[in-house]
Amino acid sequence: MAAAGEPFLRIENISKFFGPFQAVKDVSLNVAKGEIFSLLGGSGCGKTTLLRMLAGFEEPTSGKIFLDGRDMTGVAPWDRPVHMMFQSYALFPHMSVEKNIGYGLKHEKMSAQKKASRVREMLELVQLVPYATRKPHQISGGQRQRVALARALARQPKLLLLDEPLAALDKKLRERTQFELMSIQQRTGVTFIVVTHDQEEAMTLSDRIAVMDKGEVKQIGSPGEVYEFPNSKFVADFIGSITSFPATILERQTGQLRLSVPALGGEVMARDVPGLSEGQEATLAIRPEKLLISKDRPEGANAFQGTVKDLAYFGKDSLYRVILPSGVLVQAHAVNATRGGEAARVADWDDRVWISFAPSSAIVLAE
Amino acid sequence: MEGNRLSRWFDRKGWSDLLIGAPYVWLLLFFLLPFLIVVAMSLGTKTPTAPPISFGGDYPLFNFQGYVRAVTDTLYFRAFITSLVSAGIATLLCLLIGYPMALGLTRVSKSWRNILLMLVILPFWTSFLLRVYAWMGLMGRSSWFNAGITKIWNAIVPAGWAVDFMPMMHSNFAVVLVMVYTYLPFMILPLYASLERLDPTLDEAALDLGSRPWQVFLDVTLPQSIPGIVAGGMLVFIPAAGELVIPTLVGDASSPMIGRVISDQFSSARDWPMASAIAVVLLVLMVGPAMIYSHFQAKAEGSK
Repeated sequence: MAAAGEPFLRIENISKFFGPFQAVKDVSLNVAKGEIFSLLGGSGCGKTTLLRMLAGFEEPTSGKIFLDGRDMTGVAPWDRPVHMMFQSYALFPHMSVEKNIGYGLKHEKMSAQKKASRVREMLELVQLVPYATRKPHQISGGQRQRVALARALARQPKLLLLDEPLAALDKKLRERTQFELMSIQQRTGVTFIVVTHDQEEAMTLSDRIAVMDKGEVKQIGSPGEVYEFPNSKFVADFIGSITSFPATILERQTGQLRLSVPALGGEVMARDVPGLSEGQEATLAIRPEKLLISKDRPEGANAFQGTVKDLAYFGKDSLYRVILPSGVLVQAHAVNATRGGEAARVADWDDRVWISFAPSSAIVLAE
Repeated sequence: MEGNRLSRWFDRKGWSDLLIGAPYVWLLLFFLLPFLIVVAMSLGTKTPTAPPISFGGDYPLFNFQGYVRAVTDTLYFRAFITSLVSAGIATLLCLLIGYPMALGLTRVSKSWRNILLMLVILPFWTSFLLRVYAWMGLMGRSSWFNAGITKIWNAIVPAGWAVDFMPMMHSNFAVVLVMVYTYLPFMILPLYASLERLDPTLDEAALDLGSRPWQVFLDVTLPQSIPGIVAGGMLVFIPAAGELVIPTLVGDASSPMIGRVISDQFSSARDWPMASAIAVVLLVLMVGPAMIYSHFQAKAEGSK
């Protein structure tokens, strides 16, 4: 049993080399029991290698994994209380849906009757009771995904690993399945580790996200934290869209920073970030939806004039691309809160407009 | 919806009919027609004429004598049994040796795989007869191979069983040994083809769900390779059962195999109806089970 204060899953300084190539670089992280934790990153960032080490398919070159207080080093995949839902689902094509779901129970010491009722319970959980005797190729992609989930959950694992769980589904089905996954996680209480390259998927599913790049964990935090308070240009760029400019820190005031941003053609006030010093080169980043657009000069600091170069109407909102005197293009989203179509929009092509943002909306990064 | 432009053009010009039709015409001309001739001959009567066969006239139009003898005469019955048992053992051994080799081929790196596949096919570049003669040399009483085996035998058995040489030549053992050697590639290649298609993540899924590697083999790999086993088994068993050259050269002349019997009946005995009747019975024995299998296979596919 885990000692008090011991995290449910503890990954400690894990590194993995494939020959001279280091796929995972000194990763440490903790996951609490019952959490949905995502490993988010592009292809080749090491997230899948990390997942395979949790499953036991790869051994770490150095570092240790503790699950529920037990050191998993050298524990074979078949002895781990960890099950995986594969990206391709990896259903056994020669077995029916119920045989697939019951496969893991084969090795459990329980009566045939108990096994059958467990399979039944799983079929009910994923609403596949009428399909029990079908073969995997006789059901739809979404149903296959649910069989894979039920199969991985049937043995009541301590940890469920999901490799790109929604990648093979179309958009509509993906949204529905997302909520289904979350509700199944809540009902079963199993800890989920999700690997994904899709930031939206990670944001909606997860309690916490680890953003990975080139084998390293760049930031760990709740979806809100990594979105609103990215700690690096990579994280800011990877999650959502962002516009960034080179800046120089002119002055640190109480709780605020004064920066010179040549691209915007002036000075910017931003919320203070610890660890920065006056005169330092930095990056100012801002999310498009935090940029306001108006015809008249707004109150307060951080307002700059420009010309509307392009606009795109999406229905619920519009995207404006505004060119500044410095030649820099910035993007601003404006919600179309009043009805009226083209006539009601804030600005038109070639209009002179003001773009502005609150000091608290500006992200200052030390790189 | 049916196909793309190229395939529609193909259909319109009748090319596809030709492409599908050609093999059927081939089979009709060079398999079905000769087979019907054999069936016809099996119903004739042996006569001291040239050719030594007659239909009608002084003789019955349909003479079933050949079939009656083929089924009742113990000589033929034993030849059938010898052939089927030898071919069966050879097929089983090919499977036991070929399966690990085919599985190994799927597990090595791409470059190694091509080299190893090449080695599997390499013997075909040498004349089959030459290879059988090579085995005759190896098994002969004065060869280093025989001497080596004799030494090992004498070392492990009690002194009373010691021998001067192993009597390998002219035995069913020799027939099976050379058959396994000759037909092994025909087992390995279809097995490799079916194993190579299997998704390796299925193995990982089974490991992940608590199966040890040998259980993964039994639960996942083996059931999915059954089509390959059947294909390889038929490719080995069918020609092995009718084999003429191997039993003639290395076999035991006192217990002939059926291929030898057919050959002898045609040539030295000049009993064409008898030889044809045996050939027809052999074909029914071979094709019957294959057709039953493919019937059930089609049924299983249909119910999927």
